[in-house]
Amino acid sequence: MYTDKVMDHFANPRNVGVMADADGVGQVGNPVCGDMMTFYIRVDGDRLADVKFQTFGCGAAIAVSSMVSEMAKGKTLAEAMAITNDSVARELGGLPKNKMHCSNLGADALHEAIKNFEDRRAGRAAPPAPPAAGRAHDHEGEACSCPYCDAALDEGDKTVCRGCHIAFEECPACGGVTKKGDAACVHCGAPLRKAA
Amino acid sequence: MSVYLDRVAATPLLPEVREAMAPFLGEAYGNPQSLHAAGRRALEAVEEARADVAALIGAGPAEITFTASGTEANNFALKGLALGRQARGRHIVVSAVEHPSVLNSVKALERQGFTSTVVPVDGEGRVDPDDVAKALTPATALVSVMTANSEVGTVEPIAEIAALCRPKGVLVHTDAVAAAGSVALSVEALGVDALSLAGDQFYGPKGGAALYVRKGVRILPLVDGGVQEGGRRGGTENVPAIVGLGRAARLAARDMETRRAALEPLRDRLLDELPRRVGHVLVTGSRSRTGRLPHLASFCVEFVEGEAMLLSLDMQGVAASSGSACTSKSLMASHVLLAMGLDHATAQGSLVFSLVDGTGREAIDRLLEIFPPIVDRLRRMSPLWTEHLKKGGT
Repeated sequence: MYTDKVMDHFANPRNVGVMADADGVGQVGNPVCGDMMTFYIRVDGDRLADVKFQTFGCGAAIAVSSMVSEMAKGKTLAEAMAITNDSVARELGGLPKNKMHCSNLGADALHEAIKNFEDRRAGRAAPPAPPAAGRAHDHEGEACSCPYCDAALDEGDKTVCRGCHIAFEECPACGGVTKKGDAACVHCGAPLRKAA
Repeated sequence: MSVYLDRVAATPLLPEVREAMAPFLGEAYGNPQSLHAAGRRALEAVEEARADVAALIGAGPAEITFTASGTEANNFALKGLALGRQARGRHIVVSAVEHPSVLNSVKALERQGFTSTVVPVDGEGRVDPDDVAKALTPATALVSVMTANSEVGTVEPIAEIAALCRPKGVLVHTDAVAAAGSVALSVEALGVDALSLAGDQFYGPKGGAALYVRKGVRILPLVDGGVQEGGRRGGTENVPAIVGLGRAARLAARDMETRRAALEPLRDRLLDELPRRVGHVLVTGSRSRTGRLPHLASFCVEFVEGEAMLLSLDMQGVAASSGSACTSKSLMASHVLLAMGLDHATAQGSLVFSLVDGTGREAIDRLLEIFPPIVDRLRRMSPLWTEHLKKGGT
């Protein structure tokens, strides 16, 4: 199901690790969908002097992270911001369809790290708090996103994820979006009303 | 060295089973419904298989209907029994850890106006019979609880559940796909009205499965057609698969005890040693060794994801399975583990080793040897592990 290139990056991932004194840190994903990525960058002038990552997730998620780190290293910030999830998947020789949205978040994580660097440089924000293990979803002050693939939901229509094609409803207990028709809320476990 | 520990996905075909099937893939191509000699030969083989399957679970041959899969048997039981009983009531009770073929059959019935109650399980995946009793209403037509779970191996208290239901006239079905052929089952001792089983879980071919329905219990057909299977399932019989299922059932009945005696100590070695050799590994399912399937050892490995472990194991020749979201096509973590109260992150580390006969001690030793470095490598990559270490974890 995976290309040789994906398997190579899974078996021998490049640039794995934690950067203690990173200039920027970016995190995406959550344990509900099964993939979490943390990217660390060191910036020299306007270039990415070094990129490191850690990933909790499937083979695709690890391979994607590794590929993104390789594609980004040495690039200017503008060039790195132009890397897209799709271009990463292409470099890997393709990903299974059902992995395209949930596991293919590496470019997003890199972009978050760059934004974090720019925020810090502008004196805007503290480094992001690491996501707590086991906490399904937390989007205080952020755009509402799909609890399964973390793609941002359309502000006008939060009833469906365009990536996963999952229909949502709002949990009456915690207000989070959760899969329509499920017995319990994915975030807080509150029982949901059965659709009539 | 290749090590196959994914029995819940498929078992190898026993040579005796393949030999029994061979004529029906060759010269014995007759249709069991034909009057001529070729037809009679096929019919005889099908009926012999029916008797073998019936004997495996202490049933009568007329109570066995062949199906193409365990999934079809479960669909047939849920829909056929519920629809056959709807004059009495349109309420169904199932457990939270049932196979999707049961849960989605219930959903299909709900679209036709049925209602359902899903009873919970405890942290070991076990249904409390009292919860089933509490869920019964005067409108309850059917209760369906699996005999044993294929992801965590927990054996459910079916006889107790059936004893509570039957005096009230509620039908009881059990999905025994994970258990039949591996543990001794008697429909009389269990007291069930219907039971699903599949030969590909005990060295028979894919495509050979069956539903037991107690004599006198009304079931509507799922596949309308001709006179095959007593009018309960139309369509020309899959003679080779049925013959294979029958032979596999006969061999399972004969060898069950020797198979169990060989596999149980290996399962126990895995259950004991894996958490000892790797930190932060939970055994999932029943903590009682007699309360779980003799061939199944299941775990959650914290801070790593199941598919990454499966790929790593596969690269070293070990086949296993997982209930993590990433290994499922639906990208949802195992409903079984979540129903047991595990959080999403832990459930992502699901790993299931299900042993086939012929697995040797050296295979288990090999797994125990290669597994710790695999987890170590993935944990060093995992932000959750880094976070755990930062909090002072070890």
